[in-house]
Amino acid sequence: MSEPAAPATATASAARSWLRPLLPPAIAVVFSLVAGAGFIFAVGQNPLTVYGAMVAGVFGSAYGWGQVLFKATPLVFTGLAVALGFRAGLFNIGAEGQAYLASFVMGAAGAALAPTLPGPLVLVAAALAGIAAGAAYAAVPGLLKARFGSHEVINTIMLNFIAFALVNYLGHGTFVHETVHTAELPRTALLPRLDLVWPALRGSPVNASLGLAGLACVGVGLLLWRTPFGYELRAVGLSPGAAEYGGARVPAVWVKTMALSGALAALVGVNFVLGYKGYFESGFTAGVGFLGIAVALLGRTHPVGIVLAALFFGALSQGGLVINSLVPKELVDILQAIVILMAIVSHEVVERRLRRRA
Amino acid sequence: MTPAIELQDIVKSFGRLVANDRVSLAVRPGSIHALVGENGAGKTTLMKVLFGLYQPDAGTLRVQGETVRFRSPLDALRRGLGMVHQHFMLVPPLTVAENITLGREPRAGVSYDRRRAESDVAELSRRYGLAVDPRARVESLSVGQQQRVEILKILYRGARVLILDEPTAVLTPQEVDELFAVLRSLRDAGDTVVLITHKLREVIELSDRVTVMRGGRVVGERDTKDVTIEELAEMMVGRPVLLTLEKGPSRPGDPVLETEGLVVRDDRGLDAVRGVRLVVRAGEIVGVAGVEGNGQAELIEALAGLRHASGGTIRLAGRDVTRATPLARLRHGLAHVPADRLARGILADFDLADNLILGMQRDAPYRRGPWLDRAAVRAHAAGTLAEYDVRPPLPQVPVRTLSGGNQQKLVVGRELSRRGRLLIAAHPTRGVDLGAIEFIHRRLVAERDRGAGVLLVSSELSELLALSDRLIVIYEGALVHETVPEATDERTLGLYMSGHRRPGNAA
Repeated sequence: MSEPAAPATATASAARSWLRPLLPPAIAVVFSLVAGAGFIFAVGQNPLTVYGAMVAGVFGSAYGWGQVLFKATPLVFTGLAVALGFRAGLFNIGAEGQAYLASFVMGAAGAALAPTLPGPLVLVAAALAGIAAGAAYAAVPGLLKARFGSHEVINTIMLNFIAFALVNYLGHGTFVHETVHTAELPRTALLPRLDLVWPALRGSPVNASLGLAGLACVGVGLLLWRTPFGYELRAVGLSPGAAEYGGARVPAVWVKTMALSGALAALVGVNFVLGYKGYFESGFTAGVGFLGIAVALLGRTHPVGIVLAALFFGALSQGGLVINSLVPKELVDILQAIVILMAIVSHEVVERRLRRRA
Repeated sequence: MTPAIELQDIVKSFGRLVANDRVSLAVRPGSIHALVGENGAGKTTLMKVLFGLYQPDAGTLRVQGETVRFRSPLDALRRGLGMVHQHFMLVPPLTVAENITLGREPRAGVSYDRRRAESDVAELSRRYGLAVDPRARVESLSVGQQQRVEILKILYRGARVLILDEPTAVLTPQEVDELFAVLRSLRDAGDTVVLITHKLREVIELSDRVTVMRGGRVVGERDTKDVTIEELAEMMVGRPVLLTLEKGPSRPGDPVLETEGLVVRDDRGLDAVRGVRLVVRAGEIVGVAGVEGNGQAELIEALAGLRHASGGTIRLAGRDVTRATPLARLRHGLAHVPADRLARGILADFDLADNLILGMQRDAPYRRGPWLDRAAVRAHAAGTLAEYDVRPPLPQVPVRTLSGGNQQKLVVGRELSRRGRLLIAAHPTRGVDLGAIEFIHRRLVAERDRGAGVLLVSSELSELLALSDRLIVIYEGALVHETVPEATDERTLGLYMSGHRRPGNAA
């Protein structure tokens, strides 16, 4: 005996469906800004002044925009990496380590190849080597889950530390003497910066990786919704039993998804190593992989949402620098944390509300 | 005479859906009152209102003429109302006496008075003729005995009105007989029984009075002796229903499924299927009867490749598929309506169109090169939803929003659209309305006549008897009896299903 069904509500919810995913993140952002206002007030400042300064500082100049885009680029990559895992029911907390290791491989491979190959070839080869490294490294917890059933959350967390340690160790033979970075690549081996076509961005390192981020979003979208593999990936995430019944090989989907996730995380290195610095530098990721979890959650694991969430966190991070003189820079951390908490809570609340009304 | 319970103009709605629309029902004390209706007719909602699980939006409840308001099942219990749920609420490792007294334990000082609990339960079971050992662990009892424990639990709490929700769904015919005897003796002792069911024959056999619900309303209330099954069916569905199935003789062809010495383990690693030899030919329906939990689920999963066979072979349309993946079997002509719709058959958050290609996502026409062909998926959805009358026929809504019956129609439609060589249909009409059952049955026969072999597993013996060309009984993982529907009846099958009769000791 089941509850009576409500055929009529199905039509209504279909009409609402485009609005529905936007609601929880919007609530989360608004709520965090309100809560942040309370914090600003508590430290003796006028919230409107601070937020005003933030908006003016970030969006008032082409340079500010460039910075937001530059900071958003790696977040799109890690956000997509985490989101792809989520869609398959996997929680990849290892994007940080995957990005870190992959970036190191890009820097090291680039430095090794630069003396012998022309610049553009170095660029492509280094990028591919790094992506392969990220994919392989992320595939490890996928394989462990597929083979032994060990949980990917534990394994991806632990592999972060192993990645940091591994890079430190390998760095001994690779870093330029008495530094913590690899040898600098020639300009010709780097992606062009956007200030080449838009001079007003001068000073911001935003580069062609931004286009790559766009391509990655489109690619992930097509993969998820337009290919048989994406269909199976989403099926595995929603119901492994039904996916298996429908002919998907669940363990294989786990491994492939983790590898793809690691490849996406690796693209962080394209932005930083091959688009900005020209070398790998110890410690550069600074939480970009972990922030990717927040981006994926706030963006509701959808490529469009991830772009918006990455831009939001990028702007927040840049805004923190602008208002540093007015309030403690921890404000930005507080806002980030509240957004993440609220994104999760408001999603539940909104879903329950809608369900009750249905 | 004052009704034992009386519901008057009960209204209960969920959003815009009115589940109970001014429903009135009066149950005479000392009677068995049946409440029938299709899924979604509102009978479970009504009983939940009566039992204090839902608060009605309007209307009044009276118990023995006194107006009451139940805020929780506890209130209902205090007023002498008890409910036996479809899914038992027992603690398996505890004994019968412990389960029955749970929450109202007799005490000796601060400790549990085990001896008194056991003697109380023994006394109760004697008084009501519900034989059960108070010291037995519930996990060691058969389903029928567990149900008795549920009934005793309610009686122990002093209930004089028993509400039973689909109580026969999990019982063998013999257990049904025993249950009915118990319910009759309860009635004769002056207690009141409300029976929620969709099995009309049980209504006729057992009840004194029957209320029929449709679309949230009461559409009729009669004395059972004045009404026929056909009339009840028509009241329930709202149109005349064919209760007998037109079916020509089968013309069996080559085997599409052959198993030899098949052994399958369950989740605990124990042999659930023990050396089964099974043949299904093209153009015949082979029915598998058995009490649930006797290896049917494991057998089906092994055939579909969802569970590893630890011994024996499986041949599908001439090919050995013992080690083949589920996908390889699907591609070689397997279609499968799974027993557990929610765990296997549907993806609740996928839309209807995507659900309708589950298992076909890698095959033409839905796959073109590396891509899914959305146009082909949409076309398939439009056709199948219309053909199988899935409501609402909106390809873009999540399957979650459909009723259970419509979800089942979707699964059946998808699997029949595969036009496979072997169709495994496990409980194909579970949770489906009477009208849809009729439809699904006709489609299964049509599938046979098209030349597919059909392996039908069902807990409804009437369904097996109506559809099957050959019948097999499974008991404790072994096939213990093979017959044809014309040569048997529910009672005989029940003896084999419960292990009372075995091959070799035919009584």
